[in-house]
Amino acid sequence: MSMFARTPLDQQNRRVEWLVKTLFLMMTVLLIVPVALIMSILIYRGAPALSLEFLTQVPTNGMTAGGIMTALVGTIWIVTVALIASVPIGVAAAVYLSEYAPDNWLTRAINLAIINLAGVPSIVHALFGLGAFVVFFGFGRSILAASLTLAVMTLPVVIVSTRESLQAVPHAFREACWNMGATRWQTIWRVVLPNSISGILTGVILEVSRTAGETAPIMFTGAAAFLPFLPQGVLDQTMAMSLHLYVVATQVPNVPEALPFGVALVLISMVLMMNATSIAFRVYLRNKRKW
Amino acid sequence: MPAEVQTDAPSSRIVNDLNTRGLDWYMDRAVSVGVFVGGVSAIVFIVGIFIFVTREGLDFVIGPMDAKEFFTSINWRPTSERNPTYGILALMAGTASVTGLAMLVAVPFSLGAAIYIAEFATGKMRESLKVLVELLAAIPSVVWGFVGMTIMNPLIIEFFDVPVGLSVLNAGVILGLMAAPIMTTIAEDALKAVPDSYREAAEAMGATRWQVVFKVVLPAAKSGLMAAVLLGVGRGFGETMAVLMASGHAINLPTSPFDSVRALTATIAAELGDTARGSDHYGVLFTLGIFLFVVTFVINLTADIVVKGVGRK
Repeated sequence: MSMFARTPLDQQNRRVEWLVKTLFLMMTVLLIVPVALIMSILIYRGAPALSLEFLTQVPTNGMTAGGIMTALVGTIWIVTVALIASVPIGVAAAVYLSEYAPDNWLTRAINLAIINLAGVPSIVHALFGLGAFVVFFGFGRSILAASLTLAVMTLPVVIVSTRESLQAVPHAFREACWNMGATRWQTIWRVVLPNSISGILTGVILEVSRTAGETAPIMFTGAAAFLPFLPQGVLDQTMAMSLHLYVVATQVPNVPEALPFGVALVLISMVLMMNATSIAFRVYLRNKRKW
Repeated sequence: MPAEVQTDAPSSRIVNDLNTRGLDWYMDRAVSVGVFVGGVSAIVFIVGIFIFVTREGLDFVIGPMDAKEFFTSINWRPTSERNPTYGILALMAGTASVTGLAMLVAVPFSLGAAIYIAEFATGKMRESLKVLVELLAAIPSVVWGFVGMTIMNPLIIEFFDVPVGLSVLNAGVILGLMAAPIMTTIAEDALKAVPDSYREAAEAMGATRWQVVFKVVLPAAKSGLMAAVLLGVGRGFGETMAVLMASGHAINLPTSPFDSVRALTATIAAELGDTARGSDHYGVLFTLGIFLFVVTFVINLTADIVVKGVGRK
């Protein structure tokens, strides 16, 4: 009995353990609470501006009245074109890194390049987009230039998440397929990709949310502060949600107080909903997976 | 003898397959070239960024740029008619002060949160905290800037009784809140990378949970945690919209957290729209871009080397 009784040292250890655990829990909570507060304030002050008309009307009266329809549609244009450009390249890069790349200097250089693409400040991506797509390739300030800039910037998101889901497919699946006489590509196309397609989609949704929220890279490459009409093609300029928030918050005088809060609320809801979808998707897949 | 025919047929077909290059063979080749191009594209883009930003900034660098003035003068007057000066010292001080304060806010909290999530939390609690942190990281920077302007600004004015609430303090706290979720995620990965056998060995020796964390897990994950902090610094350094909106955007060598400052990134975002291509002002903004590119490249490279150091051990 005496051997397992709590000694004073045990009790002290327990107290310290409890203290440490509570301290770290507090730090975690302190990280989340301010953001929760901020969200509530955004909802509280932005909700009065929200209505169906807010989503379906164009901005009027020098952007102090009306809705956000043009900005909303513009963001959808920009995100769609960016996806068309970046997903094929990103998936190809991930397939190369996961299925083909030998462990050599080139692969290390590619990985370093991906880390840096993700780490370069967004405003430098903006300068690149202006110098390369707007000026050098002559696309002008357009949806195409803005989307390509964002595509380069968010490429690492697609590559990293796709690579992870490809690598999650067990090697035995590939070996079984090779033993049947399939080529490398047949194995990837018939076995590896179908088994990881949902993981790839998760990454794509993440990229959409990231692309929709970015402001600096599109400011000088294709997004306009105000346009009274919708874009007709990829060589037109367009309004965008993120830039619209910046403009109504800082550049336009006499904006009714609720309006920028409404814009912020719609933007953040879009982004968070897409992220939540992506996370839910991932959790569902992880529970479903049998291997 | 029908039996022999049966065994013959498939083997001859296999031989045939090995000797002819069918459509499948060419498809396989084409794809391996295709995905290789995709892989190399990351290098092409990063080199492309450097080339195109340099291309637009080069005229300024080899022309009117005075490197000594550029790095040591606090006078940023690119639009002055008679005597434009391009000193970025005040802008660097702005970026450094905001990033520094952001790290003071973010490092302790995100490391604490990472330790809690990785080492103490269990089951549902752990999963929900991870999801929450991930969602926090997704909030766009322009929304953070807006929060700084409209929520933090009046709070600071009222709470500290100062005339202006757009300051180092405001931008630093906003940036800290922005960087913390990313640092938490990376730090948690670093803690998770420490093998469980380390923890089991320590616990078998009678160590308590927190002794395991402080004496075993943290030292083992040191480099990964350092990389997390470095990437947080890189993130703060390169953040544009939030700092532009929350820092007050005044050219200033800050002496207190309540001073307004202007950051390198914010300067480009605010001024590029008003410049004509080919002008000195346009060139100097691209030169700032080169500077930002090089600094973040070095930060990311260092973080990468720090992490790889763990791998070797």
